[in-house]
Amino acid sequence: MSPEPIDAATIAADVQSGRRTARAVAEASLARIATTEPAIHAFLGVTADRALAAADAIDDRRANGEPLGPLAGVPIAWKDNLVCAGEIATAGSRLLEPFRAPYSATVLERLEAAGAVLIGRTNLDEFGMGSTTENSAFGPTRNPVDPTLVPGGSSGGSAAAVAALDCPLAIGTDTGGSVRQPAAFCGVTGIKPTYGRVSRYGLIAYASSLDCVGAIARNAADLRLWLRAVEGPDPADATSLRRGEAKPETADVPRDDLTGLRVGLPWQLNGPGIDEEVSAAVRTAATELERLGATVEECSLAAVAHAVPTYYLVATAEASSNLARYDGVRYGQRRDGRRLEAMMAATRSHGFGHEVQLRVLLGTFALRAGYHEELYGRATRIRDLLRREFETAFASYDVLLSPTSPVPPFPLGSRLDDPLAMYLCDALTVPANLAGIPALSLPCGSTATGRPIGLQCMAAHGNDDALLRVGELFQRQTDHHRRTADLAGDVDGAVDGNPPEAPTA
Amino acid sequence: MNTYVTVIGLEVHVQLGTATKLFSPAPADALGDANTRVHVIDIGLPGVLPRLNETAIELAVRAALAVGGDVQPVSIFARKNYFYPDLPKGYQISQYEEPYCRGGRVAIAEDRFCQLERIHLEEDAGKLVHTDAGTLVDLNRAGIALVEIVSEPDLRSPTEAAAFLTNLREILRFAGVSDCDMERGSMRCDANISLMPTGSEQFGTKVELKNLNSVKMVQRALEYEERRQTAILAAGGNVTAETRGWLDERGESRSQRSKENAPDYRYFPDPDLPPLVISEAWVESIRSQLGELPAARRARFASSYGLPEYDIGVLTQDRELGDYFEATVAAGSDAKAASNWIMTDVLAALREFGVPLEDLRVTPARLAALLELLSAKALTAVAAKKVFVDMHENDREPRASMQALGLERIAAPAMLQPLIDAAVAALPGAAADVRQGIDKPLDALKGHVMRATKGRADPHVVEQLLRTTIGGA
Repeated sequence: MSPEPIDAATIAADVQSGRRTARAVAEASLARIATTEPAIHAFLGVTADRALAAADAIDDRRANGEPLGPLAGVPIAWKDNLVCAGEIATAGSRLLEPFRAPYSATVLERLEAAGAVLIGRTNLDEFGMGSTTENSAFGPTRNPVDPTLVPGGSSGGSAAAVAALDCPLAIGTDTGGSVRQPAAFCGVTGIKPTYGRVSRYGLIAYASSLDCVGAIARNAADLRLWLRAVEGPDPADATSLRRGEAKPETADVPRDDLTGLRVGLPWQLNGPGIDEEVSAAVRTAATELERLGATVEECSLAAVAHAVPTYYLVATAEASSNLARYDGVRYGQRRDGRRLEAMMAATRSHGFGHEVQLRVLLGTFALRAGYHEELYGRATRIRDLLRREFETAFASYDVLLSPTSPVPPFPLGSRLDDPLAMYLCDALTVPANLAGIPALSLPCGSTATGRPIGLQCMAAHGNDDALLRVGELFQRQTDHHRRTADLAGDVDGAVDGNPPEAPTA
Repeated sequence: MNTYVTVIGLEVHVQLGTATKLFSPAPADALGDANTRVHVIDIGLPGVLPRLNETAIELAVRAALAVGGDVQPVSIFARKNYFYPDLPKGYQISQYEEPYCRGGRVAIAEDRFCQLERIHLEEDAGKLVHTDAGTLVDLNRAGIALVEIVSEPDLRSPTEAAAFLTNLREILRFAGVSDCDMERGSMRCDANISLMPTGSEQFGTKVELKNLNSVKMVQRALEYEERRQTAILAAGGNVTAETRGWLDERGESRSQRSKENAPDYRYFPDPDLPPLVISEAWVESIRSQLGELPAARRARFASSYGLPEYDIGVLTQDRELGDYFEATVAAGSDAKAASNWIMTDVLAALREFGVPLEDLRVTPARLAALLELLSAKALTAVAAKKVFVDMHENDREPRASMQALGLERIAAPAMLQPLIDAAVAALPGAAADVRQGIDKPLDALKGHVMRATKGRADPHVVEQLLRTTIGGA
């Protein structure tokens, strides 16, 4: 039997009013995780002691009449590439074992300060490199909607935890779609904010100029609650936006309906190569927006044609440098070698999984002397071009629409041997990372076989609030997000019925 | 007569005198137990990001302005990628294609300058400690702020290279950028040297010399390399492009790495750090606080105070000493008297007490008062030295010290005569010689009186009384 889905806003309001205790909420969340984990494996570690201690502290504060934070008592899971003081951090890799972080990521610190109850570390593709969570060194996560399907990735554990009703909100990170695509695959709502809006301090870097901390929830309203609690400048992150760089809620977007909202459909992101059922669902969503008062028209973003190769150049180049610190010298695993180089090579060859090694090699190649300008230099210029194209588009449109993923979720193991096909699945999400703009994935229906479909909305740099408002109004007028939550609710049935088998890699 | 022209360029690393590191709040003090001066940022833990230290930028700009460099409004931090256990992130944050300063120059002789190519900011690496138990890593130094000053190949001899370093060190100390202590590693130098036939425009193959830990070592290593390359070329051979390490105790260098094996550092802009923007207004405010530099001060000390060249050299070796001198003169002292005292007693006291000048309790005003007592003959030169030490040790005015020590000068003949008589009685041989017109033994007699008065007797009066008492030719 699945519990009633409760959103984060309701929990916080109930804890603040005394209708629920934080302890009861945390215990219910922990119990739900215990039920769903055998079938889903969303978590790499459940931090029950930390959660219950935090919950008790909140209940004590309330008993003492002290003010509670905006996320009081809300159980939140975090992707295990964010460090939390005193907790293990793996980034989905064997190499880091047995690393325990001595400090907390800014985003987690701010969440705890806002009263959130950190409930556990979620599964991911190793260092965020993957689109299915099958690249985790600790086994794949399954999609709560249908455990034979992948949950997407790399924040697959976070999306699955929310979809399985383990917790109402989970933190993810998004370098090329890693929050939005699993949110779409699991039928939940996910945001990648504007680059720099949320501090990256404590995020185990994959590609620094693309990495964003994002979140996954059952609705856009909860994502706004989350963003309010964690956004803002951080002296520990030199790339975090300074005050004033993120736009306040704009007057461009009406508060109560979508009249006057200008929606663009870039044909390059809505054209060939996209699954028919996905296309149809996005067209239907566009029609729904029109019905709510928006004007929808087709537009063009020519540079997105180069987005995937550009993304893989930039991401792998930065990754090759970011992952250089895992050399076996100071922390994590170490393999012995006769000489220094042999020790480092053995450590990295054994510690990193195949996809990570592949991307580190690609990135090392891209930065080689003599190739730097031809590869990394050109990618940087295409990125500038893409940024300018988006700016031009956002002069005419408030929001740009596309599917989040060109395909609906697919079965575990079905694509592992075709990395290129896998990379192309990122085509619709990577442009937002390259341009640094905010993007949201909203559930917008499902295929005939019940596989969730996600709608991606993108807005101009700093317009996260306007974007979330569109999401909230869409969800106020439609019930896709509630229907997919119902779909995902009954995962505990899989435990006694049909335990999923490990995929053959 | 010289067949070859020597061409030298230097790369000088200077540790900026900041309290904390370039990208972390850890103390920038490599002293102390291993790995006690480290923040999670310095260890390169997963998830950490660099935080730029503004003071380091300010000092770097000071360095640039002190050598007349052109501070760039926008510069870029880049990652220099290589694996080494003392490099926690697997890359060093440096500046590559777009350094924060271009140009500048350093004097190497009267009217001769060495141009600078560039100055860039970078973080230091840690240190490996080799023990019986294996090699250990100390990250105290990792992340300390450095500037690397790269000269043009304008230097034509090892002597010019030494002059460059000496002058650069003086300028940077003066500008408050760094203590530039080569032995402690706060200033480090690599040298590139090549030879070309006299009259040629084409530089020869260059060799990079490393492990040069003092100005003398730089000069010695370059002289050795000059001889080595001359011998190779004279024998019709070719110099190999390589990096050589200087072994000072052997007086020779050894090949460390040939150029073919030079690593590819895969530089690219550090995505964790936005472009470094240094506004013109900031540069101007730093320039206005820079004050007078050594060359200008030397010229002024010559024209305003008429001091000898030697005195000027000593007094301008650092800013504080020159300031101290000027304050003493401003408090009323004669310039040469003040200079003499500062060059001898003040510097000696600093060494003896092991304090910096700012902690010397003989302030310029007190030194001026002491010199006034001296010139008024209220005490002897010997006594004045004792008073000087007491003034620092007991933190008091010269007159108070003088009285406390009972060191007022004794010049009254009535007080001195019994001591004169005693000296003559004690050293009859000396007295007899003096009587014969031999002056040398007079010193022994004077010394006797001086000892008896603990240096307080006026030497002129004593000599006069001795001659009168002894009488003779």
